[in-house]
Amino acid sequence: MLTKRIIPCLDIKNGRTVKGINFVNLRDAGDPVELGAAYSRAGADELVYLDITATIEERNTFAQLVTQIALNLSIPFTVGGGIRTDEDVARMLGAGADKISINSAAVRNPGILDIMARRFGSQCIVLAIDARFKENDWYVYLDGGRTPTEIKALEWAKEADSRGAGEILLTSMNHDGTKNGFADELTAMFSESLGIPVIASGGAGNMDHFKNIFEKGKADAALAASVFHFGEIKITDLKKYLYEQNIMVRYEN
Amino acid sequence: MKVAIIKYNAGNIHSVELALTRLGVKSILTDDPDVINAADKVIFPGQGEASSAMEYLTKHNLDSVLRNLGQPFLGICLGLQLMCKHSEENNTTALGIFDTVVKKFQSKELKIPQVGWNRVINIKTPLFSGIKEGSFFYFLHSFYAQKNSGNVIGETDYGINYASALQHKNYYAVQFHPEKSGENGEKLLKNFLDL
Repeated sequence: MLTKRIIPCLDIKNGRTVKGINFVNLRDAGDPVELGAAYSRAGADELVYLDITATIEERNTFAQLVTQIALNLSIPFTVGGGIRTDEDVARMLGAGADKISINSAAVRNPGILDIMARRFGSQCIVLAIDARFKENDWYVYLDGGRTPTEIKALEWAKEADSRGAGEILLTSMNHDGTKNGFADELTAMFSESLGIPVIASGGAGNMDHFKNIFEKGKADAALAASVFHFGEIKITDLKKYLYEQNIMVRYEN
Repeated sequence: MKVAIIKYNAGNIHSVELALTRLGVKSILTDDPDVINAADKVIFPGQGEASSAMEYLTKHNLDSVLRNLGQPFLGICLGLQLMCKHSEENNTTALGIFDTVVKKFQSKELKIPQVGWNRVINIKTPLFSGIKEGSFFYFLHSFYAQKNSGNVIGETDYGINYASALQHKNYYAVQFHPEKSGENGEKLLKNFLDL
């Protein structure tokens, strides 16, 4: 059977990995290529590289980095940050990325999803949604969570599915950074309502949280950043734990 | 060794080229029949939609070239599907190298496409030489090849049990992406290059 995926996310600024990094046995943990390779060796199933820079010059640096990653990594990786048009997608796929993720730009121009899916195939289009619970429902937030909208998150996900998104990367802003666990209920609602895979993000603090997001949250994949970067959870240990808990994961003992 | 990668209107052909580079093998991306015929190995990769891919191949007279090669040939993902007789994807008549057909996954419980790592079972040499039975490979697809009696060299379960690797004479094909399947994938590519 298909296994649940564990996906570390790396933030990139000026060609370097940012956020605190606590990796032993690495010459240069700030090197996104070397860090990605280390995650791959530890058993990560995919990687996400997020470009958090703003200027065009820095974007070009990022594209060059994507080629270096592709040359050195033998597992799939997604790139995100600053993807607005189908030309942006062409550049990133051409640089060697397997998938791209798009967020705010798709909300502002939903038709771009149809264009991207027709030109490149749904399999490489990941729609990222930042959702926050307010009053009685989950709403979409834009621009890294700074801009609220009146769009209900699940409705937007369904629309994106029908327009050709291949996967949904769902971040709960209420859970992100808390280390108190993923948004299990929200993710289960998405996973049961959508025909495409859902990647859960936000809130990972311990190994049990991963078990919960797969069992209760019905997630197809779980993404985390700091718990991996700071070495609080080792991917090798996490895979073994999930395997022992009878969660289907890629683990060869 | 000359390795030709078939160039056509399918996505992510680049990643196969990069995987070969990791193995220290140079390849050439081409739709030139002479270059393809002269190559020691031919790889037919691809992601995308079946009917437009077949249209492109036919328009460039590549369909008959690909059917009549004698050197080791490896189809990947959409490549495998196009090597079958017919695909349900937009009712496409394909190359017909393998005597089987391609269907769409049908399931209320399963996500489509299948995205991620799954096991390949009942594997056969030489393509899977040195690879453990039930090893994991990376899959990304909505359509699958039905098993037949003569060509199956690997199987996978996703709602149903289907052919994830096929062989007919010098023609090999895998539904998963060896170029994205870590060490197992690299081993499989090496096995192919050693044929």
